[in-house]
Formats: sequence, structure tokens, C-alpha cells
Amino acid sequence: MLELKEVYFGHRHSKSEILKGIEFSLREGEMTTILGPNGSGKTTLFKCICGLWEPQKGSILFNNKDILKLTFEQRARICAVVPQEHEPPFPYSVLDAVLMGRVSRVSLFSSPSKSDYLKAEEAIDIVGINHLKDRPYTKISGGERQLVLIARALAQEAPLLVLDEPTSHLDFRNQVLILNKVKEIARQKGLTVLMTLHDPNLAILFSERIIMLKEGVIFANGLPQDVITADNLKNVYKINVSIINWNGTKIVYPEVSQVFGSEVAISH
Amino acid sequence: MTKNPIKKIAIIISPLVAGWFSLFIGAYHVEPFTVLKALGTMLFPFLSTADMQEMAIILDIRLPRIILAGLVGIALSGSGVALQGIFRNPLIDPFILGISAGAALGCALSVGFFPELPIQIMAFIFSLLAVFLAYIIARTQGEISRLPLVLTGIIISALFTAMVSIIKFLVDPHRLQSIVFWLMGSFSLSDWKLVKIALAGILLGCLPIFLMRWRLNAMSMAEDEAKALGVNVNRDRIIYIAVSSIAVSVAVSVSGIIGWVGLMVPHLIRMMTGPDHKSLVPLSMTGGAAFMIFSDTIARNLTSFDIPVGIITAIIGAPFFVYLMKRGGKESWGR
Repeated sequence: MLELKEVYFGHRHSKSEILKGIEFSLREGEMTTILGPNGSGKTTLFKCICGLWEPQKGSILFNNKDILKLTFEQRARICAVVPQEHEPPFPYSVLDAVLMGRVSRVSLFSSPSKSDYLKAEEAIDIVGINHLKDRPYTKISGGERQLVLIARALAQEAPLLVLDEPTSHLDFRNQVLILNKVKEIARQKGLTVLMTLHDPNLAILFSERIIMLKEGVIFANGLPQDVITADNLKNVYKINVSIINWNGTKIVYPEVSQVFGSEVAISH
Repeated sequence: MTKNPIKKIAIIISPLVAGWFSLFIGAYHVEPFTVLKALGTMLFPFLSTADMQEMAIILDIRLPRIILAGLVGIALSGSGVALQGIFRNPLIDPFILGISAGAALGCALSVGFFPELPIQIMAFIFSLLAVFLAYIIARTQGEISRLPLVLTGIIISALFTAMVSIIKFLVDPHRLQSIVFWLMGSFSLSDWKLVKIALAGILLGCLPIFLMRWRLNAMSMAEDEAKALGVNVNRDRIIYIAVSSIAVSVAVSVSGIIGWVGLMVPHLIRMMTGPDHKSLVPLSMTGGAAFMIFSDTIARNLTSFDIPVGIITAIIGAPFFVYLMKRGGKESWGR
């Protein structure tokens, strides 16, 4: 469904390229995770896929249509984005926030119809936050707000769901809860999911395919058990890890004493 | 209308209530029944039985003034709420892009050097010129971002205000007085002709804001987020800025510069009935109309002469605003 061909991207006034020939495709109904250290180009890749930034070379195709040739409305009906940072300026109610997902289906001079409200309520129901419907979404927890944003993306009724580090602001319980919810919904609705994660263990648990990104190049792309290896993680993250096999699942265990150097990668 | 229906209905009919009371408050005492009779005569002229003098006071002096105040209130708070939404900032007022400074310069030029050119037309032209300049300067590589636009608005305001100051410094005291009076804003020159001009201009500016109001919810998200939701942010932002500039320029040219309304009314309404622009925009418009009619009624009745209404809006507005803010605590800042 989504196909990237030789995508190159660099900022207008900078010589270095952030993405250097990214090429992969997503299969319908699959959950794919992009792993990679800070600055490896994950966020840039997402901006390109969402049509916000235009690659210098290469193309991004959705069902063989170039996404850059689509209007904002058309793109939003194909690809729903759950953003990472979210600072709402006004205390909209949860229902009003979810209803914003319908904006690509409401014409310029009109307001949402009854059916738009029904779709928003349905999305709220699917995510399981009915009890929050009338609460201002500035006054709910981070995990609950993430669920609101997922509901908003569902209200877009797009076949492709893109999540930018959906767990980055959440506690341990909420990380698992949210990803489980996404997986459940994606199965139920037949959505194709593309997300970025920081934790390889979560990636193993919740993805059918993992793409590893290193300095703007795809380092590995395949099934979780093939991609998550001690060598790959060492190469991409510059850290020694042990992989423990437990009940048929892999567990990544960092070797704390042997972290290479002490320099911290600078985030983009 | 699902939440707070009583509050919302009250805000919607508030301009009618304010206008009704304002009709028989004034230096010349008029009975409510006479007001009814006069209004009846206006609608059905053949039934005329009313006293001509009272009729003239009600129909030719008070009514156009009340309607004009209401229209200006609609324009200022309607564009205030739209601009606060697209700039994602509840502290933005409709003059942020240099409209008031532009209007002031137009007025000062007309009074000081070109008395043959009407103040209203000069004010209108220069206020649109100010926004246009701010827009052109803020435009980089075909994109218009929020912060540069606000900054260039401030720069244009500063530049135009300096030019107004030069003119004020150069002209004789008699002319200086008319500039100063005009800048404080007033409805004392209202007549039906001004009402017609204002109605046309404000309808042109405010109708699109009203129709496109729900979109402001998505527009108030971060730029990339709004785009991902399917909003053509650049196109829609230009539309909102253009139409609200037209509405405000028309308002300023018929009434001078009346501050506070465009900042305060949307804020008050948001505190009272919530931030959803689908209801916030129409409620701000009617609330702004009622507040302006109320302020102008005070302005023309408090003393034996007309006090500039801009002074009244600030005097009533500031304490009420402080009260609501203290009562609402941190919430009232929009969080």
C-alpha cells in the first residue's frame, strides 16, 4: 500500500542529507516499527510520509499514487497521524478534539454534520474513553491524551495509521496499554500501522516487521526475530546488548557496564 | 448548543436586550411605548401617529447609532476570535497586524494634510495597507508562519505610530485635537449612511469567519498537526486574515479605534461557554455587539457630552476581566 522509492531528503540550506535513499514498502494490515537512535532520520522520514516535507529525490507512493500530488484533504483521508508532542492552546473537550479528525471530510464553509459526530463518538467508543467525552482534554493524564489522539486519528477513517513515538511521554503501564490498544484496533479495523519506538523490547512485542534506521539509511528490514540481533543493535545504537530467549520471545538486555563511551547523541 | 444552553441563548439575544434599553436611555427622555410606536412606524409608515420630534430622535439618531455600535462590536470580536484561533494565542487582538496604527496614520494624514480626503476612506486604505505590508514582509519562501507575522505586525505598528506622532507634532493644536478624538473611537457621527457602509463591509468580512468557524478548532493545533489533519493551513490562514482585516478596517473607519473589545469579548465568552469555535464564534459576535452597545450607551449618557467609547470599553472591561481571571485561576488563560 505505501511504497517509498529511493527517498533522499536534506534541508534547504544544509549540505548534508538526512535521508539517503530510503526504500521500503508496507504491506496492508501489517504493523511496522521503525527503530533508530536520535538523529537517525525517523522524524524526518515521517514528515516526508505525511507530505509535510518534500524529498529532493525519490517518490512516496500510496496505492501507486504520488502522495505529494494529493491535496491536504486527500492525504488526510489516506494517512492519519498521531503526533508525538501535543500542546493544545485551548481546553477543547475530548469530543471536540476527536471531532477535529473529521476536518478533511467537512467542506470549507460548513460545520460537522450529525454523521461526523457519530463517527467521532464511534472512535471514542473503540478506544474506550467514553467516560472522558466531555472532559477538557487539557486536564486528563498523558496516557489518556494519547488515547484521545488515537481516537482522533481513527475518526479520520484512513487506512494508514502513523504514530510518532506514541510511548515517549508515558509510564511503563501506559506504554504497554497504548501499544496493545493500537494493535487491537489495527487488527479489528484492518489498518496498516507505521510507528517509531525507542525500546527494542516493545518493538519485538508489538510489531510484525521492524525497520532499523542508521544515519539516514535503512540498516535492517525484516521480521523482529531477524532484525533484533545483538550485532545489529550494537552497530546502530553503539551499545552492547545481550539477547535472552525466553518462552520463544527475545528480550534485549543492555550491558550497562560496557556502554560505549559516554557521549549522548544529539536529538533532532 | 448541547452544553450551557441557557447561557448561550442569553448571549445570543443580549444585543437585542442591550439595544432595546439603549433606545430609550438618553438626554431626551422617551417612554418605552413611544419607542414601540416609532419602531412600528418605521416598519409600517402608513400608520404614523407618533410625534415627529420623538420619532426623529429614536429613528434617526439613536437607532442608527445602536446598530452601528452593534456592527462594530460584531466585527471586532468576530475577527478577534478568528485571529486568536489561527495564532493559537488568547492574547491576540484584531489590531495585532497593524490595523489600528494604519488607520491612525490614515486619519492623521487626512486631518493634517489632506482635508479634502475623507477620514474614513483614508483610515480604511491605510489599515489594509498596514496588514498588507506586514503580510508581505512576513512571507518567506511562499510560507506564512505565525511568529514572523505577529512580529512584522508589531514592526509596522511601531513605524506607522511614529509617523502619526510626527504628524501630531507638526499640525496645529486644533487639528491635533480632532486626530486625538478620532483615535479614541466614537459613535457620535453615526447615521444611516454609515450603517449601510458598515453593514456591507462587516458582512463581507464576518460572514466567511462565521461559515468557516468550526475549522478554527483544527487551525489552532500545531501547524504540522493541522496539515496532517487535512487543513490547507496556508490557504485558510490567508482567508481568515484577509476577511478579518476587511471587517476590522471597515469598523475602524466608521468608528475610530476602539480597543479591548476584540481581545476581551472572545476571552470572556470562552471562559463562560468553552473553547469550541463552532459556538464561540457566533457567541463572541453577539456578545461583542451587546458589549459595544452597552458601552456606547454609557459613553453618551454618563456626562453631558459624548465620552469616546474606547475609554468606556477599557474602564468596564479591565475590572471585569480581572474578576473573571481571578475567579477562574490558571484555567482562564486557556489551559
